[in-house]
Amino acid sequence: MVAPASDKPAPIRRRSRLSETWLYLRQSKSGMLGLTILVFHILIALSSPLIVPFDPTDIDASLKNQSPSGEHLFGTDQFGRDVFTRVLLGGRIALVITLTATVIAVTWGGTLGILLGFLGGRIDEAVMRVVDALLAAPYILFLLLIVSSLGSSNRVLIFTLGFFYGIAVVRVARAATLDFVARDFITAARARGERRMTIVLRELLPNVMDILLVEFAMRWSWMLLAFSSLSFLGFGVSPPTPDWGLMIAESRKALQFAPWTAIFPMIALGTLVIGINLAADAVAKALGLDRTQGAPV
Amino acid sequence: MLKLTVRRLFYSLITLLIIAVVVFVAVELLPGDTATAYLGREATPQRLASLRAELGLDRPAIERFARWFAGALRGDFGMSLARDKPVVDLIGVRLRNSLILGLSAALIGIPLALGLGIIAGLTRDRAPDLWISTAALIAMTLPEFVTATFLILVFSISLQLFPAVTVVPANAPIMDLLPNLVLPIVTLTLIMVAHILRMVRTSVIDVMTSDYVQMAILSGVPYRRVVLRHALPNALLPAISITALTIGWLLGGLVIIEVVFNFPGLGTLLLDAIHTRDIPLVQGIALATAGVYVVVNLGADVLTLMLNPRLRTLRTA
Repeated sequence: MVAPASDKPAPIRRRSRLSETWLYLRQSKSGMLGLTILVFHILIALSSPLIVPFDPTDIDASLKNQSPSGEHLFGTDQFGRDVFTRVLLGGRIALVITLTATVIAVTWGGTLGILLGFLGGRIDEAVMRVVDALLAAPYILFLLLIVSSLGSSNRVLIFTLGFFYGIAVVRVARAATLDFVARDFITAARARGERRMTIVLRELLPNVMDILLVEFAMRWSWMLLAFSSLSFLGFGVSPPTPDWGLMIAESRKALQFAPWTAIFPMIALGTLVIGINLAADAVAKALGLDRTQGAPV
Repeated sequence: MLKLTVRRLFYSLITLLIIAVVVFVAVELLPGDTATAYLGREATPQRLASLRAELGLDRPAIERFARWFAGALRGDFGMSLARDKPVVDLIGVRLRNSLILGLSAALIGIPLALGLGIIAGLTRDRAPDLWISTAALIAMTLPEFVTATFLILVFSISLQLFPAVTVVPANAPIMDLLPNLVLPIVTLTLIMVAHILRMVRTSVIDVMTSDYVQMAILSGVPYRRVVLRHALPNALLPAISITALTIGWLLGGLVIIEVVFNFPGLGTLLLDAIHTRDIPLVQGIALATAGVYVVVNLGADVLTLMLNPRLRTLRTA
């Protein structure tokens, strides 16, 4: 009665989508490097208030511009503050603000993009004209205009960044939706008489979600650039709060005799954005989306 | 062909109009107006009212916008508040400097990006591509001010080859600006090359894996000929318009590069204008930047139309 084992095909173990993606992701060296850097940065941001050796705003004129030493690992800046402490703390505000703003951007941009792609018609055309025009203008201009007039409180920064960086998401989400709308499974759902709401939520959203996830990572890295650029220009985090962009800006006066005040925050900021991008590239590939056409906005 | 070009021209004008509206509305939403900004602490209700009447600020917003936009199209951007000069005069020489910077970077960067992009695309996932792509990723993701500061550390402070900041006045002749231009151009070129080469690479890969190229290779057409005659003309077409689209982004980056090097271009002027709340000047700069962007894109569109016969007859609504 018992069939020999060789006759019976081994049951196909269906892997969940998540574990399958992870499997692909693990094969990418650059992706793992990016993820490691990212996790490292997040761990530091979470734990830094507990582990920093000095007070980040402690001014000591007798310790001005000291080169790196055993006590001050990264040296001290023009006010005698410990650069190591400030570098460890300098990413916290940037991370929180840009992450929140990215969530806002991808949520509103994604929702509008899916709806436009699904509904089409006149509204779609009109909105896309405005979107294209807004994409044309350099962001930094609008950011500067708004932040300089409304002040650079965290709330203003989050909503301004969240709004402007969502515009490009609209375009991406709409294009992705248009790609799916004409496919058979949507036609089938329409034929079944599903409600529009159900089609959008149950049929479209899961498919567009992959693209939005990659979009999230990309927006996040561009947003970090924008945020630190604003800080650098003096429109972001206000002194004496430690922030990488601000630290690099402040270091410029002392670049000649205290280059370490610039180098260490530059390394911190640089590794974070590169890490995000490496991870984003690898995730996109693992999800089967080749993101080589990274939109530069 | 002509009809399509006219249509693109029309779209460009609409784009310009929308940007103008957004800038105008953004300025309108700011607390205070030109009159309060101009009078500052000396503002009394009477003086504000008379100045508003004099500047036409008591008119409805739509009328003011129409007047401003119509003036701007004729090249009249109004008077700068903080500097008491026509905005056009202030923008003129700065725009020249920024354009020198941008065009030099484009002249060096675009051929370089095309070359590297094609090499990377043809050697996909092999050694040259990996090196080029990694370098591009780093150049593209680092903020402009980080790249610029790094270059200053190396070339101005360690090697002392080029000045770290510009000290010549804005209206200096081009030859005096030249040594100051090197580092800003290098910074801008690095970022520009990174962006464009990634797109060229994708485009080349797309075409090289397409059926007709595979077909040509399999039928024994020499590889060189396949690449040069069959693949590249089609691969470079989409690259033109995508490249033009990055210009808006590059213009934003230009602001920061100019600030780092204290280069007397449009970007530093914009920052000054914002600090002094010089609203007409801010609006003028915004519109001038948008204008540059629109012209570049229009040029790219027309170029693509000229090079791609398929688009000329395609009826797209």
